[in-house]
Amino acid sequence: MEMKYKAENRQLTITLSGELDHHAAKGLMESIDRCMEQNLPSKAVLDLGGLTFMDSSGIAVVLRAKRRMEALAGTLVVVNIPRQASRVLETAGLGKYVDLI
Amino acid sequence: MKPKSENYITLEFLSRSANEAFARGAVACFAAQLDPTLEELGDIKTAVSEAVTNAIVHAYPDRLGKIAVKARILEGNVLELSIRDWGRGIADVEKARQPLYTTGGEDRSGMGFTIMESFMDQLTVRSEEGKGTRVTMRRRIQTRRPRL
Repeated sequence: MEMKYKAENRQLTITLSGELDHHAAKGLMESIDRCMEQNLPSKAVLDLGGLTFMDSSGIAVVLRAKRRMEALAGTLVVVNIPRQASRVLETAGLGKYVDLI
Repeated sequence: MKPKSENYITLEFLSRSANEAFARGAVACFAAQLDPTLEELGDIKTAVSEAVTNAIVHAYPDRLGKIAVKARILEGNVLELSIRDWGRGIADVEKARQPLYTTGGEDRSGMGFTIMESFMDQLTVRSEEGKGTRVTMRRRIQTRRPRL
C-alpha cells in the first residue's frame, strides 16, 4: 500500500496504490488524517486508480475521509475507481453518501 | 448427497493481519485452475479477505490464534471455501450478518458479511461462543471453455 499526495490551492489530491485491506487500513487512515490536518483543504480528491485490490476496509477509509472533510467544511470526491473496488463500494451503497466518479 | 471433491488445499496460519494478503492470494492461485474471469477471481479474493479479517479482528481480539482456510473444487466447477477459527465465537450470528453492524469500532465498516453474501452464491455461518466460527461459502465458476 502506497499513498502519495499533492496540495495546491486548498485542494488535496491523495493517490493510493497497491492493496487496501485491514492490514493496510489503519496506517492509511492515520496518514490521511495527518495530511488533512496539515493542509486544511476545502476539497479532497481520493484517487484509487492504482489500487490492485480493496476489501470492505476501504469503505471505512472512504467514510472516515468524508467525515474529516465535513469537519473542515469541505468536500470529498473519490475518482478512478478500479472495477473490483467499485463492486465493493457499490455493494455497500456508498454512492449515497460519497461522490464516486 | 454431498458433492464430490475434485481437489483441495488447506492453509493454516496465525491471526496476524499481514497474513490476509497471503490467504486471499493463495486461494486465488488455487482457484485459477477453474479458469475464472478476472471479475470472478476478484470476488473470490474479496470474500476470503473479509472472512479472514473477521477472524483476525473478532475471533481473536486480544490474542493471536489459529485460522484454517480450506478451498475445495467440487463437481460442476464449484469452488467451496471454509474459513475456520477457534476464537471467541459470535453470540448472535443473525445480528452479525446485518449490513453496517460491527463491534469493530471506527476503522471497520460492518459490511464484511454483506459483501461475502453478495459476491458468493452461498454463505453459511456456524458459530459457538467460546469455541469458534466456521464460515463456508460456495461460488460456481462459469465455464468459458469445454473441459477436456
